[in-house]
Amino acid sequence: MAVLCDKETKLIVQGMGRMGQFHARLSIEYGTQVVGGVHPGRGGQEIEGIPVFETVEEAVDATGANASVLFVPPPGAADAILEAADAGLDLAVCITEGIPALDMARAKAELRGASMRLLGPNCPGVVTPEQCRIGIMPAQITRPGPVGVVSRSGTLTYEAVDQLSRLGIGQSTCLGIGGDPVIGTTFVDALELFEADPETKAVVMIGEIGGSAEENAADFVKSNMTKPVSAFIAGQNAPPGKRMGHAGAIISGGKGKASDKIAALEAAGVPVSRSPAEIGETLAKHAASVL
Amino acid sequence: MNVHEYQAKAIMREYGVGVPAGELATTPAEAEQAARSLGTAVAVVKAQVHAGGRGKGGGIKLAKSPAEAKTLASEMLGTTLHTPQTPPEGKLIRKVYVESGCDIARELYLALLLDRETEEFAIIASTEGGMEIEEVAAATPEKICTVHLDPNAGLHGHHVRRIARALELEGAQVGELETFLGGLHRLYVEKDATLIEINPLVVTGEGGLLALDGKLNFDDNALYRHPDIAEMRDPEEEDARERAANEIDLAYVGLDGDVGCMVNGAGLAMATLDMIHVCGGTPANFLDAGGGADKEKVKEAFKLILRDENVKAILVNIFGGIVRCDLIAEGVVAAAQELSVEVPLVVRLQGNKAPEGREILATSGLDINPAETLREAAEQVVAAAGGNA
Repeated sequence: MAVLCDKETKLIVQGMGRMGQFHARLSIEYGTQVVGGVHPGRGGQEIEGIPVFETVEEAVDATGANASVLFVPPPGAADAILEAADAGLDLAVCITEGIPALDMARAKAELRGASMRLLGPNCPGVVTPEQCRIGIMPAQITRPGPVGVVSRSGTLTYEAVDQLSRLGIGQSTCLGIGGDPVIGTTFVDALELFEADPETKAVVMIGEIGGSAEENAADFVKSNMTKPVSAFIAGQNAPPGKRMGHAGAIISGGKGKASDKIAALEAAGVPVSRSPAEIGETLAKHAASVL
Repeated sequence: MNVHEYQAKAIMREYGVGVPAGELATTPAEAEQAARSLGTAVAVVKAQVHAGGRGKGGGIKLAKSPAEAKTLASEMLGTTLHTPQTPPEGKLIRKVYVESGCDIARELYLALLLDRETEEFAIIASTEGGMEIEEVAAATPEKICTVHLDPNAGLHGHHVRRIARALELEGAQVGELETFLGGLHRLYVEKDATLIEINPLVVTGEGGLLALDGKLNFDDNALYRHPDIAEMRDPEEEDARERAANEIDLAYVGLDGDVGCMVNGAGLAMATLDMIHVCGGTPANFLDAGGGADKEKVKEAFKLILRDENVKAILVNIFGGIVRCDLIAEGVVAAAQELSVEVPLVVRLQGNKAPEGREILATSGLDINPAETLREAAEQVVAAAGGNA
């Protein structure tokens, strides 16, 4: 099972530039079914052993793809996301960092009511261990198992996955939801998926300062989750008013502080490790009965 | 990106939003001339710095004559302004904006922003102008009116009417508000603003609407399509190190501790600061070297960290996903040699090619302390910087 992707997933790559080609190759090597690429102006070519198409529609018709990963540069990224939705894909994973917020707000509003799920943008993608790799994550650090991992960050996700793997705890699916202010899949969406997935027995969520996605997640856990969830919030010592790398990681007008997020999660019965070195241990302790 | 008040008002004027007449001055003589040409009985001399709360810090003063405008400008220019929102060292006043005084009947609040919660635009309006909106929200939330707009639709008449009611505007003022809000909405969309805040929006003695102050923020990610806005960037207002980092595509935020940090990835970089705190130390900076960190980036990052004289030790924390730790290690060795780094250096490499990277560090002949885990790395660097504070 797992969530979002598995060995049945048929993936296309939108944006077959340097990054797109490189990660297409790594995904193929991992065993992912990468069935095509889309790159306006390069249709008809074959790159990394896969056929390249002019449009997503053509790619879907020719290959039966149901998912896409986007490496399209910021000016065209929102458009490419909407193209994926129009072509009837189930999932689009947008890796692109630096998309204007207005473009994303408009795209997200247009996607309301569409059947496609969007992951990201500005995210590392999703890995279902030994089945499917979509995006830029180092899949070799994952191992199959019962824990779902969801995070707003990239390398911190790897850190958490690595801690779990070292404790002998494998993962059902690891997904990064992205560090931008407007994103497709939220913590609540991801928790809902993990709650419904029989393979997932527990969840680690890694939040950070800015916005209120973690507070919403706390509410969701309290009223809807039966599976144990533990968490970490990055940026406990971040100064207010400063953007900490991610476009969405900013404490503004007294909102988005780590302390508020930690308090909300703990009130919902989610243990939050203060030390990023104890993300794995905190989950292991909290979910001991189901692992 | 922030702009100065005088720039914000020029943009608002372009969009038909009512603002008082004003002129920029960089010398007392220019301020005097500006006040004279405005020709109003009272002029306001306003320090142009990127910080709120200027009135409280003495950065906004009334002049009853051009001569007084000159005196006030000479007292402000070249001095440092301290407000609740400036950094501890304050902000140097390099220019002042001389504006026509106006007859104020009421002070209101108006803002337009992207509401992250609903992912729509939000117009926030309140009759409690001239105060911090966070304070109003805490003390009297019923005095704040929030109206959401679909980002793909527009500003409609009913939005305007709701805001007019909340602001207790009547008659011809509703039409004026419509023009005002219409201009702000177009500005917001056409220029990729992330925040427009008008505090206060004043109702004049004659019943008109004027933006007495104006704050505009723009989306850094959209500046590529707004060269006119990008040109308004005032490098003097930005932290020199943050600016230097920006130019080489590194995300850097200066902090007040003594442990310099270089990390790949924003989340892990924030977590590294947290880890240093957990171990009793204080970080000197946030630095995300990015996913594509290479040898040259590493060297540039070291240069930035070393510009901070408070740095007593440096922690390099790399989790190699795609990034190869052996290449990072080569960069660290090269940087340590070329820049003759004198403070203790703790390097934690994990992930892709980490053993090879550690080998490079170990055989470099340099005094580099290797660490395996995040905790170990933080403990070592905090001890090296002088121990638990």
